[in-house]
Amino acid sequence: MLTALLIFIPLAASVVVLATKPFLAKFISFSVSLAVLAVSLVTAFQFDKTQGTQFALNLPWVTSLGINFSVGIDGISLLLVLLTTVLMPGIILSSFRDTSKPSSFYSLMLLMQSAMIGVFVSLDGFLFYIFWEVALIPIYFICLGWGGENRGRITLKFFIYTLTGSLFMLVALIYLYFKTPGQHTFAIQALYDAGHLLSSTQQALVFVALFLAFAIKMPIFPFHTWQPDTYTVAPVEGTMLLSAIMLKMGIYGVIRWLIPMVPLAVKTWGGVALSLSVIGIVYASCIAIVQKDFKRLIAYSSIAHVGLISAGLMTLTVVGMQGAMIQMVSHGIVVFGLFYVVEIISDRAKTRDLSQLGGIRNVAPLLATVFMVIMLGSVALPITSGFVGEFLLINSLVQYKLWIGVIAATTMILGAVYMFRTYQKVMSGETNGVTALVNDLSHYERLVLFPVVILIVLIGIYPGPLLDISEAAVKNLLSIYPDLTAVVK
Amino acid sequence: MNALYVICGLGIFSLVAEVFNLRKWIFFVSLFGLLVALTWVVIDWKAISYFYRGMVYFDHFALAFSGLILLISIFWFWMFRDYFVDEEHRTDKSALVLFVVTGAVMMVSFNNMAILFLGLEILSISIYVLAGSNKQNLFSTEAAFKYFLMGSFATGFLLFGITLVYGATGSFNITEIANFIIAHRTLPRFIYIGILMMMVGLAFKISAVPFHQWAPDVYEGSPTPITTLMSTVVKIGAFGAFVKLFSVAFITFSPSLKLIEQGIVVITLLVANITAVYQLNVKRMLAYSSVAQVGYLLLGFSSDSAHSAGTVFYYLTAYSVASVMSFAVVEIVEKNTGSAHVDNFKGLFKNNPLLAVAMTVALFSLAGIPPFAGFFGKYLVFTLSIGNGYIVLTILALITSLMGVYYYFKPLVAMSQPGSGKIVIFSSEKILLWVLILINIAVGIFPDLAQLL
Repeated sequence: MLTALLIFIPLAASVVVLATKPFLAKFISFSVSLAVLAVSLVTAFQFDKTQGTQFALNLPWVTSLGINFSVGIDGISLLLVLLTTVLMPGIILSSFRDTSKPSSFYSLMLLMQSAMIGVFVSLDGFLFYIFWEVALIPIYFICLGWGGENRGRITLKFFIYTLTGSLFMLVALIYLYFKTPGQHTFAIQALYDAGHLLSSTQQALVFVALFLAFAIKMPIFPFHTWQPDTYTVAPVEGTMLLSAIMLKMGIYGVIRWLIPMVPLAVKTWGGVALSLSVIGIVYASCIAIVQKDFKRLIAYSSIAHVGLISAGLMTLTVVGMQGAMIQMVSHGIVVFGLFYVVEIISDRAKTRDLSQLGGIRNVAPLLATVFMVIMLGSVALPITSGFVGEFLLINSLVQYKLWIGVIAATTMILGAVYMFRTYQKVMSGETNGVTALVNDLSHYERLVLFPVVILIVLIGIYPGPLLDISEAAVKNLLSIYPDLTAVVK
Repeated sequence: MNALYVICGLGIFSLVAEVFNLRKWIFFVSLFGLLVALTWVVIDWKAISYFYRGMVYFDHFALAFSGLILLISIFWFWMFRDYFVDEEHRTDKSALVLFVVTGAVMMVSFNNMAILFLGLEILSISIYVLAGSNKQNLFSTEAAFKYFLMGSFATGFLLFGITLVYGATGSFNITEIANFIIAHRTLPRFIYIGILMMMVGLAFKISAVPFHQWAPDVYEGSPTPITTLMSTVVKIGAFGAFVKLFSVAFITFSPSLKLIEQGIVVITLLVANITAVYQLNVKRMLAYSSVAQVGYLLLGFSSDSAHSAGTVFYYLTAYSVASVMSFAVVEIVEKNTGSAHVDNFKGLFKNNPLLAVAMTVALFSLAGIPPFAGFFGKYLVFTLSIGNGYIVLTILALITSLMGVYYYFKPLVAMSQPGSGKIVIFSSEKILLWVLILINIAVGIFPDLAQLL
């Protein structure tokens, strides 16, 4: 029941908001996002860490085709649902400056939230696909309606790119559906069983089709070409949604719909996916170093971080996957904060060009401090949230193959290079005519950024509870790889 | 059957209305009559029977398709009321439209090839005239002429095919033909020629490539209301006839016909989708899109001819609802700005959100994006073809539907750009657009409709 509430409260609210007066829209949607947060916290407190899927709900939808409205929450889902519900009020609050057409804007945001939560809790292949696609529609319109220059072309590229991946996923899911015995069904367990029985060639084909969808969404090198443009052109709320939450849909897809689905193919071809991810880490970091645009730089850093997460996943170890879980949460919070800082600065200085910025530390010390903490979270300094995740991920990669671990670890060094360079360019130095206009944080902005800072430090010092939530689910998921999980612990 | 009487009667009423000076009433009588006919279809659902010594057969297939045709015609009359108000020849035009509907219903309910031919001719001749009903416009006249010339050629093919099949089997009755084919292993060679000719004739009517050349010019030249009629009612009727003929009469040959059909599928998908990418006139783009949609329909049908009626019916429902919606918006824009060029859609999101949302829903549905009805149609087609092992064809269809996204989104992007001019919409049009949006979403969320057949 709670699961259904998490999906349907924002969905209903998105319809209501569409019909309300503009000035009410933002307050209604903010209160709704708080209400959803409350529901998700109730869910988290009632959640039993030792058990598998909970709060399950299974309603018949299209019975003749074996499609059910089947949802449920286990540790992995819970973490991502929490990430979504925690960030959503922040994203809405960060858009409290004037937005044109607020009714439609907030309606799309809430629809997006509903669809993303739906993706994280679906236990039916078809339902998962529907939510996956529905999540694309609002973000497309947010970027198209409120984005920057050239948005028509760029958002279309984004849409077609992601849709290509998803359609291949749809074919793979239908293929698996026909392999289920008796009355065909899309129930996740039946699809798992069907996937396990496939020959290695068939599994490889399914692997390619599914991986394509998830790799494009994340994005992994070389499927990332839509990402920098889209992140840059989207309005900041859209960028936050894309990078902080929607990107996790791809990683979640790998965890829930790929790794347990076709074990033979994952073992055989996982190495390729892992190599692509590691290449992406180095490649994106190097590009980030030479970026001139502040927002684009963060976009590339996001590719690097997500590469490390997916590489860790493909080691198929509990350490790697736990690292991925905690790093997803950390990256979501950090990247949200980073994009918000970018927005604050570019809103006041009217530019995102790094060469024109400088000396903001002198005029806005609080902003500089907050940025420093978030940045340290991004470069994974100990006692920040980024450290826990990256440590576990690199640990798993070193266990996998030492030299791959070493290459992947360059993300910490390269990350420090581009982040500190950015800090230097933006915050230190002499204040110039452009940056003199940058005021310090307003009340709203403090309300958004202080929790971010607190969360980054809190998770860094005390990550235990978060790791506990997903541990049982991760172990359960990896139990089909007995020979590999035996190595760990 | 009662529905058919009602529609026929309505057509005749429209004709005599001129004489008795009842012109004002035509619109309401037609709308009301169509509603009555639709109700009759629903009532008859449990009473499946033959009529006229087995020449007409109203089974679930025929009733469902007739219901769809009637529903779409009701929406059509609702939307395009202006078509009868503004210009002269009000009675002739409405009579002709009603005869198109009559012909379409006959084409989905025939059990005898004579009725098929009769239905096709009633439909075709009326639509030829309607295509040219904008007499002052050169393009409209051209469209009518082109359509007439090529259409009569295609009818000739169909008729010749019917005679050859009759020569081989000795019957016009499709169930008897099917039984004859099963009973006689050796058949004269010319039956194959006959079947192929019938296929060509009907492929022309559903505008499958390579028999589609007429479609873009005729769609673009005809008045938009008539284009809508062609891409919905005519297409439903013709495709219903196609399905009925090849899933009943020639079902024994379906393994060998499959190859030809799949050949048509491949070229239809490729040619129509690729050409549509280059169109800048939204009406013409929709013409190519309606050709492309036939490719998906045929993909579903050819994958499993005997069990695809439900899928085809669902797909046609989703397609025609979206089609009426998109053409309604095109008509409103065209009427106010003078042409359906994609640039004329600029600023619609800001100035006329309802029009923009309706167009978006229609285009999303046509492109096959969930949760709209068109997605489930495509899903059912893909399921059918993957289930029968045609994975390569499915991937091709998938790639072409991505091209579809590209051209369907062109008007969408234009609508989001700044533009000027608020368009005044009547409240009846507003209500209709809302109804269509809701139907589209409802059909998409509750797709059990496909299990009707």
